[in-house]
Amino acid sequence: MNDVRFNKILISLNALIPLGFLAFDGWRGQLGANPIEFFLRTTGVMTLVFLLITLSVTPLRKIFGWNGLVKFRRMLGLYAFFYGCLHLVTYSVFDKSFSIPDIAADIIQRPFIAIGMAAFFFMIPLAVTSTTGWIKRLGGKNWSRLHKLIYPIAILGVIHFWMIVKSDIFYPLLFGLVLALLLIYRLIPKMKPSLQPHKN
Amino acid sequence: MSKNEVKSSEITPESLYLNRRNFIRAGLLAGTGIVTGLGYRFFNPPPPGEVATTEISNVTQSTAPQTLEKPNTLAEITNYNNYYEFSTTKTAVAGKVANFITRPWTVEVDGMVQKPRVFDIDELLKFDQEERIYRFRCVEAWSMVIPWVGFPLKNLLDLVEPQGTAKYVAFHTYYGGKSSNQDVKLPPGPNGMQSSFSAGIDFPYVEGLRLDEAMHPLTILATGLYGKQMPNQNGAPIRLIVPWKYGFKSIKSIVKITLTDREPPTTWNLAGPEEYGFFSNVNPEVNHPRWSQASERRIGELAMRPTEMFNGYGEQVASLYEGMDLKKYF
Repeated sequence: MNDVRFNKILISLNALIPLGFLAFDGWRGQLGANPIEFFLRTTGVMTLVFLLITLSVTPLRKIFGWNGLVKFRRMLGLYAFFYGCLHLVTYSVFDKSFSIPDIAADIIQRPFIAIGMAAFFFMIPLAVTSTTGWIKRLGGKNWSRLHKLIYPIAILGVIHFWMIVKSDIFYPLLFGLVLALLLIYRLIPKMKPSLQPHKN
Repeated sequence: MSKNEVKSSEITPESLYLNRRNFIRAGLLAGTGIVTGLGYRFFNPPPPGEVATTEISNVTQSTAPQTLEKPNTLAEITNYNNYYEFSTTKTAVAGKVANFITRPWTVEVDGMVQKPRVFDIDELLKFDQEERIYRFRCVEAWSMVIPWVGFPLKNLLDLVEPQGTAKYVAFHTYYGGKSSNQDVKLPPGPNGMQSSFSAGIDFPYVEGLRLDEAMHPLTILATGLYGKQMPNQNGAPIRLIVPWKYGFKSIKSIVKITLTDREPPTTWNLAGPEEYGFFSNVNPEVNHPRWSQASERRIGELAMRPTEMFNGYGEQVASLYEGMDLKKYF
């Protein structure tokens, strides 16, 4: 087995550990008094965690020269999508009894649901076009333009989290700060040329 | 043979090389897996065991109609608590209250009363206690059925004789033991409680009722649940229960009750005036600005169930609000 293959297994193992705990604790009835809420919240948080890890790949490559990391970026993004799917399915089935009219009404009436839903739907094209075949079909330039959608997805995700808490903003704030750092890192090189005096 | 050449005998055999690589890989899988697992458990600790408190001996027959719904288990009631002075995570409160000291404890009653008085908790525990099995509906759209033990708030207010000018009752939660009144005896702070900054709301927690709501026979001061003294996480040693209002109105660990002629400030109303009104009656038709109040999740059930007007106590309390626009006075 080569190293890339092994590292993918290593990432998968760690990525699935939270789900393993959720399943194991759920099976023995240890998810707390409100297991649905706990499952919903944990899968939501894991979606954000994987979005932020995915967004960390480029800064880590550039700062530390860990160029090999890019081989695992697709997988990290797909784990974000995976936990996002679990999150949405839990909400749809247990909170809304899978009633499409109820879900539609919720989206219209509750901005935080609309925002979370938008973030999820933006993830779908990214997950679909994550394959090598799609990169070729779209062409590298178009493909990376499309995948810039991860920035609004992550921003909407953090806002969605922020809007559901009552006063305990610690974790939404933490996610927001990390996201802000990751976004600012990308803005800095773009700002530099404009700051330099023109030479003609 | 030149010096730089490696003797074939010195080359690590491929099998040994692969063995070592497999060994490192196994170590990586186990090592990172353990770190991730510990990280998960750090953020999601398992619930602590059940709490044991003293039996309440003087429990008599209830004077109010009881719900026939099945009460939630003691484990559910004591491991899912909104008590922001200890933690903003409902499942974490139980683990943080073990060292909360509730003796000595007094409840000071002052303001517009004929006979202001400081009650010792042991005096209050000698009042006739009765079991009240009530539905409890949180503003966060979850609910429980809880077998409280306590006595009508009216029994205490009658002793201090409210003046004719009194229109409201204000309540204070314990937050440190300081008081200008010599008779007040409370444990010194912080007593395990966190700062307002960490919780995101102001302390001490304050709540209020209109006088007629406070005198209503369903409104009780609860001193315990399941026949035993109140567990710390549920608001020991004494708390308010107003079953037709959202749970945050039912203020915990009370140290002061003040009769007044003005609507008193209330903590969640101060934190979000558009989101939490003074009345905060359970009302499926008035949604929280950010989420629906039409349905609720009964703890222990998987699907949501519809929320009832006044939490199902309309027959007893609707007359208190006759002629009021409950969308305006939410």
